[in-house]
Amino acid sequence: MEELHTYQYTPKDFKSDQEVRWCPGCGDHAVLNSVQKALSELGIPKEKFAFISGIGCSSRFPYYMDTYGFHGIHGRAAAIATGVKTANPGLSVWNITGDGDALAIGGNHFIHAIRRNIDINIILFNNEIYGLTKGQYSPTSNKGLVTKTSPYGTVEEPFSVGELVIGAKGRFFARTFDGNVSLSTEIYIEAAKHKGTSVVEVLQNCVIFNDGIHNEVLGKDFRDDRTIILKHGGPMIFGKGNDKGLILDGLKLKVVKIGDNGVKEKDLLIHDACEINPGIQYMLANMRYPDYPVALGVIRNVPGNTYENDVEEQIKAIREKSNIKCMDDLLMSGSTWEVE
Amino acid sequence: MTKKSQVIEREEVVIRFSGDSGDGMQLTGTLFSDTAALFGNDLSTFPDYPAEIRAPQGTVGGVSGFQVHLGRSEINTPGDHADVLVAMNPAAIKANARWIKPGGTIIFDRDNFTEKNIEKAGYVKDPVAEEKLESYNIIAAPVTSMVKEALKDFGLDPKSVLRTKNMFALGMVYWMFDRKLKYTEQYFEKKFANKPGIAEANKVALRAGYYYAETIEALSPVIRIEPAQIAKGTYRNITGNTATAWGFIAAAEKAGLNLFVGSYPITPATGILEELAARKDLGVKSFQAEDEIAGICTALGASFAGNLAVTSTSGPGLALKSEAIGLAVMAELPVVIVDVQRGGPSTGLPTKTEQADLMQALFGRNGESPVVVIAASTPSDCFDFAFEAAKIALERMTPVLFLTDGYLANGSEPWKIPKMEDLPEIKPPYADRNEKPYLPYKRDCETLARYWAIPGTPGLEHRIGGLEKTMKGTVSYIPENHEQMVRFRAEKVEKAADVIPDLRVTGKESGDLLLVGWGGSSGYGMTAVKELQTEGYKVSFARLNYINPLPKNVREVFGKFKRIAVAELNLGQMAGYLRMKFGEFNYYQINKVQGLPFTVKEIKDKCKIILEGR
Repeated sequence: MEELHTYQYTPKDFKSDQEVRWCPGCGDHAVLNSVQKALSELGIPKEKFAFISGIGCSSRFPYYMDTYGFHGIHGRAAAIATGVKTANPGLSVWNITGDGDALAIGGNHFIHAIRRNIDINIILFNNEIYGLTKGQYSPTSNKGLVTKTSPYGTVEEPFSVGELVIGAKGRFFARTFDGNVSLSTEIYIEAAKHKGTSVVEVLQNCVIFNDGIHNEVLGKDFRDDRTIILKHGGPMIFGKGNDKGLILDGLKLKVVKIGDNGVKEKDLLIHDACEINPGIQYMLANMRYPDYPVALGVIRNVPGNTYENDVEEQIKAIREKSNIKCMDDLLMSGSTWEVE
Repeated sequence: MTKKSQVIEREEVVIRFSGDSGDGMQLTGTLFSDTAALFGNDLSTFPDYPAEIRAPQGTVGGVSGFQVHLGRSEINTPGDHADVLVAMNPAAIKANARWIKPGGTIIFDRDNFTEKNIEKAGYVKDPVAEEKLESYNIIAAPVTSMVKEALKDFGLDPKSVLRTKNMFALGMVYWMFDRKLKYTEQYFEKKFANKPGIAEANKVALRAGYYYAETIEALSPVIRIEPAQIAKGTYRNITGNTATAWGFIAAAEKAGLNLFVGSYPITPATGILEELAARKDLGVKSFQAEDEIAGICTALGASFAGNLAVTSTSGPGLALKSEAIGLAVMAELPVVIVDVQRGGPSTGLPTKTEQADLMQALFGRNGESPVVVIAASTPSDCFDFAFEAAKIALERMTPVLFLTDGYLANGSEPWKIPKMEDLPEIKPPYADRNEKPYLPYKRDCETLARYWAIPGTPGLEHRIGGLEKTMKGTVSYIPENHEQMVRFRAEKVEKAADVIPDLRVTGKESGDLLLVGWGGSSGYGMTAVKELQTEGYKVSFARLNYINPLPKNVREVFGKFKRIAVAELNLGQMAGYLRMKFGEFNYYQINKVQGLPFTVKEIKDKCKIILEGR
């Protein structure tokens, strides 16, 4: 990776002169810091970054980045980002979105961007609530959640982001949470390096309208026991004392305690993010507390052809074959006749 | 090739090919038109087909038609009524009886006039008698049995044999109008280069029809239409959709930019996306989006990234794109939105023409959201106005809404091929890399266009978006700033009038009546006015292609006429817009909303009523 580091940046180089207007204590601040840190380590010239967002709290993100940025309209950032990347494949394109923006109003663009495997990096801030409109349930809110538009509790099943990504033929899915800057930074770098659509779900806290929604899992005292950080090639091990792990029991994952019933560390599953068959990754992405720990880290990372590259290749191939090299050639092609 | 007892020359003729949607009528009409164009006639065509790909066979709903009007002088419309109708089945008679000139010729496939088909078309027994067409030149040709006979030794399956029926009919028409078969034969040789049997079968059917017509003297005398006196140069036939696509490719080449099209298939605009998708050899990036919204949003992304970006759609799609067009207004990005208008509202009449999206184009967005609106008026000038739309968008940093319609999109006419060197330059206002800091909403003093900074350029990093902002791009809720920005955006669009040509009048610059037309229906208005002038009326015609902003001299032009009438295929949207802009004039309206073009006669009759003060 040495040759990439021809550009020396610090996170500060990516801070714009705009005052950050998220609520004090909002998880978004930490995400911004992690992304700025990741960008400074990527070795990509600053002018190559384009941040595209939709509407929502998280979508203010581009204003705070000293890069090219486009704050779009609700739900459409994935489509705008697709246009940016297709038109100008040399750019590093980032799509900042939230659970409402990406999965409700923008659901169609989200799945189709993933299906095409266009090389954009989608950071999905999941706070399971609509914040900017002041507290209505979102497509990731748990069934039963009481909000302003569900005063008696929602009767809807939520989306699981990872399940949707894999269902849409996604090749990169990772999960992190706002408070863990080093894990997040590492994941954003992996996402940037992945050729194709990368989706990073950030479990993010809305201090005003859904405060503590992820606390049951991410609370400091028990976080290590209720989450598992997956490393490609490493054992699926977790717990305060690294005393728990995952094994395959029939067709299901099972949490085991190392030492119990003779289970040893070497019996644990090894995480393979690059496996094209998503079976295990799908189960990992869908693990929910209290039955399982919630999976963090890069869950799926499978290389493949990218949309914009295939477009370029096709144009190149057709150009070589065709006799039509410029507009005048096209105008004179086919049936024409002279009037004298 | 033939012995022709009698040949007379005529100024013009209108022919309509009509049959089931599977009968190949569009191809038949196109081949006839191409032959006429190669011969040197001026012409105009009107394909008229149902939305259903294969509606129930033999029903009126499934009738597909193609009308061509050719002449030895300038032709501006596909003609009101047909001199010759080719009807492949009884339903084609039902659908077209009222569009045949009294005493005209009707060729039909007698073998297809079975009891069942006659009933399906809604007749009792005898379509000719029931439509009171006995006095017409009726040619009941046994088309089906003749092609079966002609191709009996070809070893083709029955379906393939029947598929050549349209060529038999075409051969007959070629004889009646003294045309050569060469171009059509070459078409089949090329098209079926790998299936010489099929190519030969079509050629044999074509010749069989030709000789059959000769044997029975299908038309006496035979009609010849000499080539038109048209400007020297190289010509080709072109449809509005192809011309639109090519106008954008030409603009991209002139501007030195890559062309990006983001579109979702929709009738009757799909041809634009299809043509652009085929032009990979010229580097066009075509993106078939997941929906209409993604069509324009990818285009906006491509525009932000430095491409000439366009999106093509029809009315319902334009409705879906509204919010994103507003974003383009706010972000001040160059983008061209093509709306190929069709019958509405809602799904309406997808394959039929109408001009009822004008108000949607002008005002169909939230907030003060002006865009430049341009309309084409003939199939071939779609090229010029698509080019112009792109030029204005790029040089003025604004979305441009380009209106065509179903009639222009599928209609075709001969077109004198332009040379790229003769087209004007396109120079977008690029940001200066050395001028720091770059302010995304700093404006050119003359045009009020902001400067375009392309991502990837060092030092010009900036943010744009849908929120109101200051010159620096900072989000701002300051009341005075918002009003200033709203006014800037409106004035920027108004200033495009500096570069658009004056409104010209066909005929005298003053008189009793000025007929105003726009878009695809203006050829009818133009023809009507020319005929009225010949009849001695003091009538002139003006065609509006630039709709927002309007040409600067509109008031002056209008002021010289006693009366003004606006002819359009809607309930009076342009008339209403003109009332808003120039309220001092009274506007008569000539309107039609049947999914069909005007007829010249309709416009003439209405003009006479207006002129006589009835």
